[in-house]
Amino acid sequence: MLAYIKSYLSSSQTPGAAGNMFWVLVYILIIFGGLSIAVMLMTWLERKILAHMQVRLGPMRVGPHGLLQPIADSLKLLLKEDIIPSEADGFIFWIAPFIVVLAAFTVFVVIPFGPTHAITDMNIGILFMLGVSSLSVLGIVMAGWASNSHYPLIGALRSSAQMVSYEVAMGLAVVSAVLMTSLNAEGTGTLSMIGIVQAQQAQGEWFIFKFFPLGLIAFFIFAVAMIAETNRAPFDLAEAESELTAGFHTEYSGFRWSLFFLSEYTAMIAVSSIAVTLWLGGWLRPFPNWLNGATWDKAFSLFPGIAFLFLAAMCFFNAARMPKHPLFRVQTIGLAIFGILMGLIGLFLFIPAVSSRVQDIFWFAAKVAGFMYLYIWYRGTFPRYRFDQLMQMGWKVLLPIGLGVLILTAGVALVQQNLWHP
Amino acid sequence: MAPVATPFFFYMLSGIMLIGGILVITRKNPVHSALALIVTLLAQASIYLMLYAPFVAGVQIILYAGGIMVLFLFVIMLVSIDRSMKERQFNSQWAVGIIAATALGGLFIAVFTKGKDIFPEHALPVVENDNTQQLATMLYGQYMFAFEIASLLLLVAIIGAVVMAKKRI
Repeated sequence: MLAYIKSYLSSSQTPGAAGNMFWVLVYILIIFGGLSIAVMLMTWLERKILAHMQVRLGPMRVGPHGLLQPIADSLKLLLKEDIIPSEADGFIFWIAPFIVVLAAFTVFVVIPFGPTHAITDMNIGILFMLGVSSLSVLGIVMAGWASNSHYPLIGALRSSAQMVSYEVAMGLAVVSAVLMTSLNAEGTGTLSMIGIVQAQQAQGEWFIFKFFPLGLIAFFIFAVAMIAETNRAPFDLAEAESELTAGFHTEYSGFRWSLFFLSEYTAMIAVSSIAVTLWLGGWLRPFPNWLNGATWDKAFSLFPGIAFLFLAAMCFFNAARMPKHPLFRVQTIGLAIFGILMGLIGLFLFIPAVSSRVQDIFWFAAKVAGFMYLYIWYRGTFPRYRFDQLMQMGWKVLLPIGLGVLILTAGVALVQQNLWHP
Repeated sequence: MAPVATPFFFYMLSGIMLIGGILVITRKNPVHSALALIVTLLAQASIYLMLYAPFVAGVQIILYAGGIMVLFLFVIMLVSIDRSMKERQFNSQWAVGIIAATALGGLFIAVFTKGKDIFPEHALPVVENDNTQQLATMLYGQYMFAFEIASLLLLVAIIGAVVMAKKRI
């Protein structure tokens, strides 16, 4: 048993490819736990950042600067009554949230957090991701229909129309990125997520900068389409609260509602990971060509630790800034303890053996975190689209541009291949 | 690595497909039928995976389960379910159905009993890792003409749909 567990450590494959079920399970648990923590953090960050954008304070009461707010929220959701409307279609109403959650989490099977840090690597990685994430719309449609109520039905209809139309533009953008992976001596591309990042490494260029501005335009199309796919502002028509109460999950409460919430944020992380993998070089560190060499590699491997030390410093700074009133003593101490924890994690990440293994994950997570911030920023900035504007944008703007970019990319790639390898 | 394509999975997936297929034609509620059809299609995609055809499986999930069935549901959801449930089914086609089923069943039995003469004993070992690439070279090399014809047909269908839907172009 122990030998079986140890046998994986010396291999340089993903646990799925090595066929080691123990490490597969470990990876699944780590990713599941990490995602849950990330979603909790996102709910706190979203409320905080939106509040600061609107010159409010946001949650301040539960824990220092509202840091424990997600825990209080989830407790509240778990304790709420689980209501199933009497006119609802019981079984479908019951199963819909699980389908959405399953679709959102299954996608993470192929996401490469590092050259070996993925549960498995599939020959059809990107197709698998797009396919499984497109299944989540089924859950939304089922939820809306089974509620047997007007607002959820309208929300579900909007959601399905929106997803089907934006999937086309999204697919075209993805194809143009996949096409770029075939620019090597053999002339064969790949659909595997790890293969796509390795192609960027081999070509010495992130695909967002490839054939400037073609890669950038494809990335832009994907970045717009992915917001529509995840039903987020400014494309959150499926749950437009001013028109449809809460859209497709109006009739849901308590735990079931929180499953929808969880899957929405998980899906956001998933599509951001697709964008990072396809265009932003996945786990690769920034400036690989400009700042190369062993010294720079060493310097960049210190970043994970520095990031956590920065968080620790922020915590201490804010603990020092807390009002000097007896009522705030517990909060001040709590924030300081949180800072010490962050600092310890940061110091742990400075150990060379750890930092060399963790830096891939760190760069990937940092890029995804950038997208998460953009999501919040969009929500704070853009007003919601009207439905006809949304459809017009998808079919008449993004789709033609996507087609054009695909054809141009193919043309440029053909010329380059034939000139360089005659 | 141990092969995933064990008989157990084949029987399980076939069972799911059969149950799903029966549910599609026996449910009165069209939304339930559509959902059962989705289950069937997903099980079929898994069988493609077992046959080491990951690309076909992926396309099956994206196109059928994620695209076409969503459009089906989109239309069905707008139909008044209560009225259609009460209505008696009027397109009874028992005779045609039985003839078609017997013909298909006969074909299956014939292939099962005489299959050894028709098909080679062992299937060729398929390398999973470049299945997609092989499919692409086949599709864009040997079967280029058929592929282009199919694309042209689809283009005609798209243009036809636009022409029929629009009053004034």
